[in-house]
Amino acid sequence: MAHAEQREAPPAGDEVAHRPTMTRAGLTDRLAPWMPFLLVPVLAVLGWLAIPSTSSWLTLTVSGLAMGMMIFIMASGLTLVFGLMDVINFGHGAFVSVGAFVGVSMLLVLANMTEAPSLMLNLLAMLAAVIAAMVATGALGWAFERVIVKPVYGAHLKQILVTMGGLIVIEQLIVVLWGPEEIYILRPEALQGAVTFAGAALEKYRLVAVGIGLALFIAMRLVLRRTKIGLIVRAGVENGPMVEAMGYRLRRVFIGVFIAGSALAGLGGVMWGLYQELITAHMGQEIMILIFIVVIIGGLGSVEGCFIGALLVGLMQNYVAFLEPKAALVSNIALMVAILMWRPQGMIPVVKAK
Amino acid sequence: MLVKLLSGDSPRSPLLALILLAILIALAFAPFLFPGIRSVDTAARICIFIVLVASYDLLLGYTGIVSFAHTMFFGMGAYGVALASVHMGRGFDALAVGTLAGAALAAVFAFLIALFSLRVRAIFFAMITLAVASAVAVLVSQLSQITGGEDGLTFLIPRELTPAFRFGDELFGVRLNGKLLNYYLVFLASLALFLLLLRIVNSPFGRVLQAIRENDFRAESIGYRVVAYRTTATCISAAVAAFAGALYAVWIRYVGPDAVLSFDIMLDILLMVVIGGMGTMYGAVIGAVLLLIAQNYLQELMGLGAGAFEGVPILPELLSADRWLLWLGILFVLSVYFFPTGIVGRLRQGR
Repeated sequence: MAHAEQREAPPAGDEVAHRPTMTRAGLTDRLAPWMPFLLVPVLAVLGWLAIPSTSSWLTLTVSGLAMGMMIFIMASGLTLVFGLMDVINFGHGAFVSVGAFVGVSMLLVLANMTEAPSLMLNLLAMLAAVIAAMVATGALGWAFERVIVKPVYGAHLKQILVTMGGLIVIEQLIVVLWGPEEIYILRPEALQGAVTFAGAALEKYRLVAVGIGLALFIAMRLVLRRTKIGLIVRAGVENGPMVEAMGYRLRRVFIGVFIAGSALAGLGGVMWGLYQELITAHMGQEIMILIFIVVIIGGLGSVEGCFIGALLVGLMQNYVAFLEPKAALVSNIALMVAILMWRPQGMIPVVKAK
Repeated sequence: MLVKLLSGDSPRSPLLALILLAILIALAFAPFLFPGIRSVDTAARICIFIVLVASYDLLLGYTGIVSFAHTMFFGMGAYGVALASVHMGRGFDALAVGTLAGAALAAVFAFLIALFSLRVRAIFFAMITLAVASAVAVLVSQLSQITGGEDGLTFLIPRELTPAFRFGDELFGVRLNGKLLNYYLVFLASLALFLLLLRIVNSPFGRVLQAIRENDFRAESIGYRVVAYRTTATCISAAVAAFAGALYAVWIRYVGPDAVLSFDIMLDILLMVVIGGMGTMYGAVIGAVLLLIAQNYLQELMGLGAGAFEGVPILPELLSADRWLLWLGILFVLSVYFFPTGIVGRLRQGR
């Protein structure tokens, strides 16, 4: 703390007289901003206490983290789009579905590469699938913004209705193009199976998912904190008209963020599809529920809040599903209720200059 | 008298009045005008959906809140009747208890959800209702000991409401049996609920809701407690939806997750409100009638269309009856853009 150091500095000449005394903030006050970050380890410890065997706790924690990372990837675009332009996109789940279908189709086409026992070929096939999915959903996001979202700026009611309609239309188009049956997909050869660590079986794919999610979060934070474009985006979230007054075209930035968010949803879709090894046209709609919970408890517009929220939801879902399978979804609702009682605006509320 | 019955909210367009009158007469004498199991069934569904859609319009059109949990409230009423009938045995007391319990539960749920979301910002409400509704739907299909799971529950309604009960021979070629009584129970209850909703939206309370929809900040400044009004509207809307659900359960004598809780019903409601016209109760009537008739009879037409384009690449796929939802979705988006006041709004404009 700056003022604490000041007090220890040697007095210089006559300026001794002016020495404002500031009491250090109490522990709870200093801890308050960090509370959300502490929630994740707290939940993990609670899970450890509730789950009898440590090895199954470890397995569940890893799968919870993996799930949380995937949800974060899908939800981050949504929360930024809301923060930036006050646009709430109920059609976000459609990008997840489309991403999964495009990516999985790509993997099916490259079946000889995914079935080969070589890690290199497998990763290449994965990369191709991910790129295809992200390009497709990015383009779709651009079109969606143009056709569906643009005419209803500033009207929340219409936004919700129209984007919901868009979700239905896209889902139905998926059924038209890919057929109504669900598609089963095996993970690439090198990502199947599990490694054993401390007596717990950790699926390789989940570890990879945690790695990708973490890397993306760090990258996103770096872009938002260290680059010019990140600065504009953050400033736009806080006070859009001011950023525009300074000559930046916020609309273009917004379209960029929308496209990037859609592409991330597509990436999340591929990862989720491979995680479940099963994709259906309405998978996006189902995940939307979790995404909304995450975005709400994180605080609409906040990427960090979204990350913490996603991890909490992922861990909660896995722990409760192990202890009492029927209560899994309800437990997440309970989590949301608890957090909204604690902080009605979400864990890390975005302060808007109005 | 008539104006008073309509709470002073006359249709304000001769054509609209004529259409509404025609619908009222058609529904009032449906068993005699359109004999046949299927058409009477359609008429009963129309009655129930008019109430359901009108109660949703109280929320969407009058208060300006989007809810995705309306089918959940609908389902609560339906499951209330079903569970009461299963556990208390068939009888009118079971129906009454089930209906009231379902409506009370719906109102309590609505109150809690509203408390959590509307307190902060109205946009949370849409997301939270979506999450809660899907959690409830999943829970209902999982708790199979209580709710019958995916299979749902079949139950007995009082004998007086079943086809086995006869109270006369024939009237205009229609058998006077319990099914007829059942239809009129549905019809009269729906009519009463609809008039009640009309009364509510035209009361001072309804005016405040409209003020909140137009400008909530200003309504708050004038001194109305926006959160309290929005919460009350949510609870009323939920309770009426539960009543509609109870009627539906009595009519089809079955409840199941697909029949009363599925998200498709929610989409139907949304579409009916938007096409009929948001912010007018009469829009609910027009929307429900149009959509349900289209759903029952147009789907066959689409099947024919799909047959006609056999051999053309994607067209049969697009026109098959299973793709009904696709066209509904497109219609929905287009009507929100170009037709925001719906049919009723257009008719009143063109006066």
